[in-house]
Amino acid sequence: MPETERVSPEDVRRVAELANVDLTPDEESRMRRDLNAILDYVAQLAELDTASVEPMAQVSEVLGPSGETSAQKLSVLREDEVRPCLDRDRVMAAAPETDSVFFKVPKVIER
Amino acid sequence: MSTATAAGSIEGIRSAIASGETTARAVTEIYQARIAGEDPRIHAFLSVDRDFALAQAAKIDAMAASGEPLPKLAGVPFGIKDVLTLEGFAATAGSKILEGYRPPYTATAVKKLAEAGAIFLGKLNCDEFAMGSSNENSAYGPVHNPHDLERVPGGSSGGSAAAVAAGMAVATLGTDTGGSIRQPASFCGVVGVLPTYGRVSRYGLIAFASSLDRIGPFAATVRDAATVLGVIAGHDVMDATSSPLPVPDYTEHLDRGVKGMKLGVPAEYFGEGLDEEVRAAVEGGIEKLRAAGAEIRRVSLPHTRYAIPTYYVIATAEASSNLARFDGVRYGLRAPQSDTLSAMYRRTRDLGFGAEVKRRILLGTYVLSHGYYDAYYRKAQQVRRLLTEDFLAAFREVDAILTPTAPTPAFRLGEKSDDPVAMYLADIYTVTASLAGICGVSVPCGQSRAGLPIGMQILGRHFDEATIFRVGQAVESL
Repeated sequence: MPETERVSPEDVRRVAELANVDLTPDEESRMRRDLNAILDYVAQLAELDTASVEPMAQVSEVLGPSGETSAQKLSVLREDEVRPCLDRDRVMAAAPETDSVFFKVPKVIER
Repeated sequence: MSTATAAGSIEGIRSAIASGETTARAVTEIYQARIAGEDPRIHAFLSVDRDFALAQAAKIDAMAASGEPLPKLAGVPFGIKDVLTLEGFAATAGSKILEGYRPPYTATAVKKLAEAGAIFLGKLNCDEFAMGSSNENSAYGPVHNPHDLERVPGGSSGGSAAAVAAGMAVATLGTDTGGSIRQPASFCGVVGVLPTYGRVSRYGLIAFASSLDRIGPFAATVRDAATVLGVIAGHDVMDATSSPLPVPDYTEHLDRGVKGMKLGVPAEYFGEGLDEEVRAAVEGGIEKLRAAGAEIRRVSLPHTRYAIPTYYVIATAEASSNLARFDGVRYGLRAPQSDTLSAMYRRTRDLGFGAEVKRRILLGTYVLSHGYYDAYYRKAQQVRRLLTEDFLAAFREVDAILTPTAPTPAFRLGEKSDDPVAMYLADIYTVTASLAGICGVSVPCGQSRAGLPIGMQILGRHFDEATIFRVGQAVESL
């Protein structure tokens, strides 16, 4: 990774597109400045040799098989059975536009 | 000015209602009057519903009148951070994108409070989607610190901390992803609890970073905070990460003191960047714990300096994924008059999200994107394990760990709002426990010369909240 300007204007536009976020030209340059400042700070992680360290995604991964935390190791998956879910009318009432059965959106196919 | 000491205690309120000395309605009206008097200057509440609270109070009063035993939180006025849902009530998450949204379901923690007789005064201001350390990222305007209105209350649960500090609620719920309960508790001079990951169901919490997000209480005293945690903790089928471990009575051994306890002090939390007044207050608190019979030991948490960068990679990566759901289709804001679906997504998210939320979504998208995943996201997950192992090793030596909660007392509004890295450093002592999943509590342990509160953070083993409450109770009574 280069020491400066990790994030180019093209990078900002690319991630903004991936994230479905519109940016004005002003926002774009501000975001580039901030992302570079943050990633410069993050770069210190490279100092650590982690070649033999397993990534940790969830706390439950590290709780050992002994002691009072053992219960956390129990299967967290419930039985695969049908249960009641939220009432459709109440869900649809919170949506911007519906026909009371489906969510309605603008046209999907662009040409 | 009202301070935390002006608030009633949970048991005091419950027993006064049970004995007929007062009514839940009278208690509720006192707090509603305080909100009307104080909150125009503080702005802790985003919404209040007088009639709803009075209807809840009427139920408690009917129970008391018929001599029924009152539940644990009977008649106790609460506020709820606006990232938690209560069916039919606005839940903005501090964001324009959820303006007007009325969730069709209630968060498990909120439901448990209601079942225990709590009164809901209203929903509390916070940084947008709980992203911030000062509450200045709320789309509805910042909260002011009750101890100095020119200063921030901390964040992201700034409204939850300020409401308790100003005597506008007896207790509140907040959420903590990187310090968002503990840091505002420190800035506002109240008690704030980070429960162990999995201790409280996250169902009904509008997600920021799911592997880090936790719900916890604020209160004026350790005892009240412990009581509230006992109510909201426990397994929930709606959250697969909630723990099946039984919930102890956290108030049972509160007064046992710290005699014979081994308490660790990590040098890494007392280095460069720590305000001298904070250092003096926390070290003074540690000396008093020693005098009360605790054995104070040096411990080392050697990877601490890597915690902030690790946190900001993991939290933003998870946020970019979680916040993808806000797209104008199912709830909240939709940008009008978009010709196509993708234009509607982009315009809705542009209108709905504030600058810090966009910044974190972009950063999270970047660190997860092709070519950078290993260098940033996978790397951060590896360092997360090292940080967690630091704690597991330390907890083989000591029963709890003592640190400052935040490097400084409350800073001024606007002081850091233009520098994201400086703002992120406000969480330097809190993000480690978030990444490791351990529990923690911030307890007031002094004041600066300017009269600003200073908090001590007490960190404990996974699912060992009872111990940190016991230490916190000792700090409170010193």
